[in-house]
Amino acid sequence: MNGIIEGKITAVKQHNNREEKSQILQAKAGRWERILVILRKSKARFIPEILVEKLLMLSAVVSIMALLLISVFIFSRGVPLIASVGLGDFLFSLEWKPIQGKFGIGAMFVGSLLLTSASLAWAVPLGLLTAIFMAEIAPPPVGRIMTRMVSLLAGIPSVVYGFFGLVIIVPLIRNYLGGTGMSVLAGAIILGIMILPTIINISRDAIQAVPLVYKESSLALGASHYQTIGRLILPAASSGIITAVVLAMGRAIGETMAVVMVTGNAAIIPDSLLAPLRTMTSNIVLEMGYAAGDHQAALFATGAILFIFILLLNLLLNFIRRAGKRYAGN
Amino acid sequence: MEKAIKMKSRELNLFYGNFQALYNINMDIEENRVTALIGPSGCGKSSFLRSLNRLNELIEGSRISGEVFLDDSAIYEKGINVVELRKKVGMVFQKPAVFPMSIYENVAYGPRIHGIKKRSELDEIVCRSLQSANLWDEVKDRLVAPANQMSGGQQQRLVIARVLAVQPEVILMDEPASALDPISTARLEELIAILKTRYTIVIVTHNMQQAARVSDYTGFFLHGCMLEFNRTEELFLNPRHNKTEDYITGRFG
Repeated sequence: MNGIIEGKITAVKQHNNREEKSQILQAKAGRWERILVILRKSKARFIPEILVEKLLMLSAVVSIMALLLISVFIFSRGVPLIASVGLGDFLFSLEWKPIQGKFGIGAMFVGSLLLTSASLAWAVPLGLLTAIFMAEIAPPPVGRIMTRMVSLLAGIPSVVYGFFGLVIIVPLIRNYLGGTGMSVLAGAIILGIMILPTIINISRDAIQAVPLVYKESSLALGASHYQTIGRLILPAASSGIITAVVLAMGRAIGETMAVVMVTGNAAIIPDSLLAPLRTMTSNIVLEMGYAAGDHQAALFATGAILFIFILLLNLLLNFIRRAGKRYAGN
Repeated sequence: MEKAIKMKSRELNLFYGNFQALYNINMDIEENRVTALIGPSGCGKSSFLRSLNRLNELIEGSRISGEVFLDDSAIYEKGINVVELRKKVGMVFQKPAVFPMSIYENVAYGPRIHGIKKRSELDEIVCRSLQSANLWDEVKDRLVAPANQMSGGQQQRLVIARVLAVQPEVILMDEPASALDPISTARLEELIAILKTRYTIVIVTHNMQQAARVSDYTGFFLHGCMLEFNRTEELFLNPRHNKTEDYITGRFG
């Protein structure tokens, strides 16, 4: 009997205790609201805030203006020339004879595409396998060290890559495969190394972003680690991996300095991997020093084509990301 | 009545590095019954569940001593095929982890892994598994739709169908209803009641009522020890241990 009464007393005490707590909480909430009102009214806090806001907006506007100015400049100088030559002729004619007024960047157009595909052809598989190793197989400390090393690889200036290619790769090709060594192959090797960090980092992130519970579920169904990687993790990370490839493609198309140094730069369509080629970017950097008049305009037009290329790649990226969202996440 | 023991653990200790997560667990899991594991967060019940299909091995630095048996074969013995073990002991996780593919491909994932290629055979397995998981009528017209467009409750039943598709003997469920609304939870519990006629089920739950409703046996875990294991109604009505009573009446945890 006593026990029951005691129990009831405890219950009542607990109840009172709870009410007290909620009152204290309400009082606290009230205090916060008052503080917020004071803060909103205080001008001392307001003025720096307006300044910060304006500063941020100014920075944003300057960045956007830079983009706008560059595009307007490139297109205003380049488009009239493309119009007078004709877009088809400009893009596909193989005759690049600036002195005779013949501006066809066909060889360079093909050169850019060829060099980019050649470097992607070996760098994508290698980079993807590296990313899988780093994300799934390497013990975490090894993965961390590799991540740092890949970042270092990304930080090497492109002229150093070019120099390395010129001093090491080009002579190797000349001695063992023939030709001058200044070739598509040399360019593809150097460019491939340069885009490896992009491919590795972005695909590794995509693979690591696949929820752990997918992996556990797959293993719990009796799949092996490699079956899980091949049938579940890679498909789940596919939109990220494609993003990596597209970004690497953008980087490869835009790369100039290293490419100029090792590819020989003849404005012809190469007939073998050992023949020289010239890319659109090389074309600009090689001739801008002395070009004038229509010739200069033709170089701007080359830049405009590159610009459109990158724009298309960006659109493609947006499209991939949207398609990726259809299946991703829960 | 003769009890058929499907799985049992003997003197099972589990360590994560220097931390001991389980102490001397001895448990008999009866065939075609639902065994519930309850206890506060971090008490080791999920770790125990994961040691039944050796999924704890994925965690770096985990070690085990003692033994776990499935039908009298020791699953931690050297030379045991982990793939075969996990085929027999399926698992459903807390958050319904549907794979980013179609409903059909989700269910067909396991059979494909295990080498079934013929479309007609796959079709039949998918259909049968979805029916067993009480999901067929809801999805039969949109098997090619992305699985993540389903509701949470449907996703959890899809995950169960995916487990059923590899024809397991034991199904482990790690808080399968904790992310579901009450109606989906009720449907899941109905499903468990049907599934136990053909499978042995071990379920971890935070929900005392759920343990009482669905299970035949209940084990109460605290700080890595199994304090009490008994028939569910015994454990809930006459707990032998006062810590068990405190927990099931909601006085701590």
